[in-house]
Amino acid sequence: MENRVVYLDNNATTMVDPLVFEEMKPYFCDLYGNPSSMHEFGGHVMKAVNKAREQVKEFLGAKDAKEIIFTASGSEGDNMAIRGVLEANKNKKHIITTKIEHPAVLNVYKYLEKQGYEVTYLDVDSQGNLDLNQLSESITEDTALVSIMYANNETGVILPVEKAAKIVKQKNPKIKFHTDAVQAAGKIPFDVKNTEIDLMTIAGHKIHAPKGIGALYVKTGTLLPAFVIGGHQERGKRAGTENVPYIVGLGKACELAQKSMEFELNEVKRLRDKLENGILKTIYNAKINGSTTNRVPNTTNIGFQYIEGELILLHLSDLGICASSGSACTSGSLEPSHVLKSMGVPFESLHGSIRFSLSRFTTEEEIDYTLKVLPEVIFKLNNISPYQRELKALKEKC
Amino acid sequence: MWEYTETVMDHYKNPRNVGEMENPSAIGEAGSLVCGDALKLFLKVDEKGVITDAKFQTFGCGSAVASSSILTEMLKGKTIEEAQKITNQDIADALGGLPPEKMHCSVMGHEALESAIANYKGEDCDTHCDEKIICKCYHVTENTLREAVEQNNLSDLEDVMNYTKAGGACGQCHVAVQKIIDELKNKKEKVDIKNMSITQLVLKINNVIEKYISNELRKDGGDIELIDVKENKVYVTLKGMCKSCKFSSNTLKNFVEASLKEHISPDIEVVEV
Repeated sequence: MENRVVYLDNNATTMVDPLVFEEMKPYFCDLYGNPSSMHEFGGHVMKAVNKAREQVKEFLGAKDAKEIIFTASGSEGDNMAIRGVLEANKNKKHIITTKIEHPAVLNVYKYLEKQGYEVTYLDVDSQGNLDLNQLSESITEDTALVSIMYANNETGVILPVEKAAKIVKQKNPKIKFHTDAVQAAGKIPFDVKNTEIDLMTIAGHKIHAPKGIGALYVKTGTLLPAFVIGGHQERGKRAGTENVPYIVGLGKACELAQKSMEFELNEVKRLRDKLENGILKTIYNAKINGSTTNRVPNTTNIGFQYIEGELILLHLSDLGICASSGSACTSGSLEPSHVLKSMGVPFESLHGSIRFSLSRFTTEEEIDYTLKVLPEVIFKLNNISPYQRELKALKEKC
Repeated sequence: MWEYTETVMDHYKNPRNVGEMENPSAIGEAGSLVCGDALKLFLKVDEKGVITDAKFQTFGCGSAVASSSILTEMLKGKTIEEAQKITNQDIADALGGLPPEKMHCSVMGHEALESAIANYKGEDCDTHCDEKIICKCYHVTENTLREAVEQNNLSDLEDVMNYTKAGGACGQCHVAVQKIIDELKNKKEKVDIKNMSITQLVLKINNVIEKYISNELRKDGGDIELIDVKENKVYVTLKGMCKSCKFSSNTLKNFVEASLKEHISPDIEVVEV
């Protein structure tokens, strides 16, 4: 077990699948033509880009490959969707979203609020679920856009975006509906053509493609101005010569994700559940954050009461285990997770919340190793805590 | 990941002197569960006032545990008087430094020490008891803020946030915190004037003119030039529209002189040439 890495932080980013990397390789030094060129050398490359667009279309369940725009990241897709919709509907100044969105979305709203937009942030309950009545009541004449994430990055809780989109369209078909599906992609099947979702963001590096590539689904008929002005690439909505190797990689990653969906829903889930149940069984001050019935199969968020998250992560890291803190302490902010806070997670577990996120490359042995060493770490840290009386009470309750 | 020093890593991996103490001579506490940082410090003090043992329990991140752990090491063998002189900077220095965002961990160590000493001396209530809380999210009192700003020469909100956590959550106290920073900055600058060399003083005056005065005058098509400085007298000439303005003496007294008085020293007198 020396010098090993047990990677349980797949919601942060994933390993590039070697098959994806293989597919990308020729497009650096051999097939380096410009897809827009007139010669056949470029034409070959155009075919590869078209194939990738087809693969992404299939993965999302879109109607037409034209509905796929390649982007450089999830953040770019979110920006393109949100700011694009508002630019195309200049007379409307109201947006609806949730309190638990990713900063890639939340910070855009903060910026827009300064520009004079009004933003309604929908609440979640203690399980991380949305109240669709509140959504319905929040829609006004002035609403231009509703944007709700598909699955939460910290808890893995799946939000009812399809139902939400339906409600929005029933109230007013002109309102555009966007979903940040970065954390849902590859973890649950999509069939976007049979929904009323207008725009959907995905990011390559969460589904075993490299960092620096993503896609935005734009339903036919959704008006979106150019995000990058210049050439005709991406139907003029995002100018710039195509990032061909990465586009090819994203296409392949989507194909593989689609093929592994059954595995994800069964095997990855089985390992996640094994990890989760094992932790709950052996560690008396561990508690799950968020709904367990309505979750992506790879994620669990566990609050370790009366000890602090960063300290747990540092100790796990020494043992080669990579996880992530629900408390944003580690990302340089002093504020605890806005997601867990919105859910009303009590302070004793808010600061000690850890997210474990698996992938199809996670092995049973890795889970067994984690289950073996984690309790030792937690009990060692429990001993440092000033809340001995509270911990003792928890132990006795067990 | 944070860039922690070897010493920090050593202390969070193998914290020294962990645990509760039986019959301590003093207990000090700082932080709370809400803040995400809490420290309990136990001291055993002999009849000569020497700290013979120190123990701690900490709820917090790696640098919080390291700060607590090294503090207990630093305290052993010291008299209460010596311990009283330990600052948060001393704790951070002993660790070979802390990332700026984590300086508040050393501040918490210092607070727990203060609280333990107060407890040892039989002061019913530590200095923070009936004090005004500025940052409600992290329970940071006005005194803690003033002390942190003064001792560490903090000059902006971000630094204060890193050292004390104040303002790190809801942000409602930003204005109040900024006020304290400004006040202490002014105070410090004003006190220093008498010991200032003439070059320093001229630079300072020029700085205030640039920052607070010129821009305002330019808005009305005027400007100002610094001609000379002799002791507390500042010789200036008004230019552009200000020159011919019938309110120029008013501008000079009520705006130029007032600004210099506010930002540098109340002794300053402005003379037009």
